[in-house]
Amino acid sequence: MKRSLALLLGVATMLGGCAAPEPWVKPYERERLADPIMQWQGDLLASKNSQHVRDIREGARGANGVQGGGCGCK
Amino acid sequence: MAASKVIGRLLQSLSALLGGAFAMQGAKAAPLPPDHAEAMYHRYSGGGLTSDGPALLVRKNLLDKVSLTGQVYVDAVSNASVDVVTTASPYKERRTEYGLGLEYAVRDANITLGLASSKEPDYRADSFSVDVAQETFGGMTTVNLGFTRGADKVGQKTIGFFDQAKHWQYRIGVTQILTSRWMASANLEAIADSGYLGNPYRAARVFGAAVPENVPRTRSSRALNLRVIGDLGSRDAVRGSYRYFWDNWDVKSHTFEGGYSRYVGESFLLDGFLRHYRQGKASFYSDDAQVQNTYVTRNRQLGTYDGNTLGGKVTYSWKKVPGQYEIKFNGALEVLRYRYSDYTDLRSGSTYSLSASVLQLYVTANY
Repeated sequence: MKRSLALLLGVATMLGGCAAPEPWVKPYERERLADPIMQWQGDLLASKNSQHVRDIREGARGANGVQGGGCGCK
Repeated sequence: MAASKVIGRLLQSLSALLGGAFAMQGAKAAPLPPDHAEAMYHRYSGGGLTSDGPALLVRKNLLDKVSLTGQVYVDAVSNASVDVVTTASPYKERRTEYGLGLEYAVRDANITLGLASSKEPDYRADSFSVDVAQETFGGMTTVNLGFTRGADKVGQKTIGFFDQAKHWQYRIGVTQILTSRWMASANLEAIADSGYLGNPYRAARVFGAAVPENVPRTRSSRALNLRVIGDLGSRDAVRGSYRYFWDNWDVKSHTFEGGYSRYVGESFLLDGFLRHYRQGKASFYSDDAQVQNTYVTRNRQLGTYDGNTLGGKVTYSWKKVPGQYEIKFNGALEVLRYRYSDYTDLRSGSTYSLSASVLQLYVTANY
């Protein structure tokens, strides 16, 4: 118990000496990231349609970033 | 007028409550997406099932603070798939889904409220969602939190609505700018269901005889999705993702996807992707059960199988006036194939496989 507490205090002390990291990509350097090709998903309706096709045929669901309404197609 | 004030105050209270959960940096407003419209025709065809219809989406900003989105999505289904022709009768039906979204920008956060309603003759699903996206760390990190509550009415054509189902979805995600060309994200979603989660038309097989399927009335699942995307520097980009899914029905799955986008000339954008899906069966799934259990299903969606999808898209920028509007025509085609390890096609006696295609033709406009 004492050993764990000492370790915790040691780690906290070390972290306390660290400065918070600065954002290393400045806003003016993010032009490429805003390009339409830098999207994980396509347009809204197309993504919804593709996801609907998969939701009906696959047991997995969720964490895909596409919101869809329910249906009785399971 | 009074109603709009009440909604405004509610949004402000909600933003203060949810936005306050994260460290605020600066007081600039997170940008709302531009005014936007999409009109699409979609068609799925394969395995004896055809589904097609139109879809329409319009998004409009109001006062630079609120963005309203309305959408309609129609599925006209003609179903003569393998389980329908072997255990029921082919049918035609139409599903119409309406959606309404309200996105509100406050400080570095965007709050989105959503309503969705889907209607078909024997099923009705309504849901409400709230999502918060909070930019932090100088805009390099975006944290997302979301919740959806759904309520369904389950019916059967001969007897009408006879049961219900409820759904709770909880989402959390982080998107991180890695360099001036690369981004990564991690998303976790937990879903809980309660109520009638089967299909009243579907039959299972026990000792070779057809019996009504019976699945548990609760389900709890988790999905973790890791994604990365990068600009390759030649007006092209590459992306990849991996999703792991698991639930308390013992379904486990892996999804791998990789894609590539490239501008060609001034007007064309080409995109291609490859997707692989692999799944292990639910504990109560059986092609032909040899033990009498409480729960049994022959829903091949809960069986053991893998699937591959190859997709391509062409986008043509028809008219563009910088700062005013842009109109694009899009055509996308996906070819998919699923191979089932433990689902027998009762017509042939061999294991079943499904080949299908998805066509999307649509116009988008930013203005």
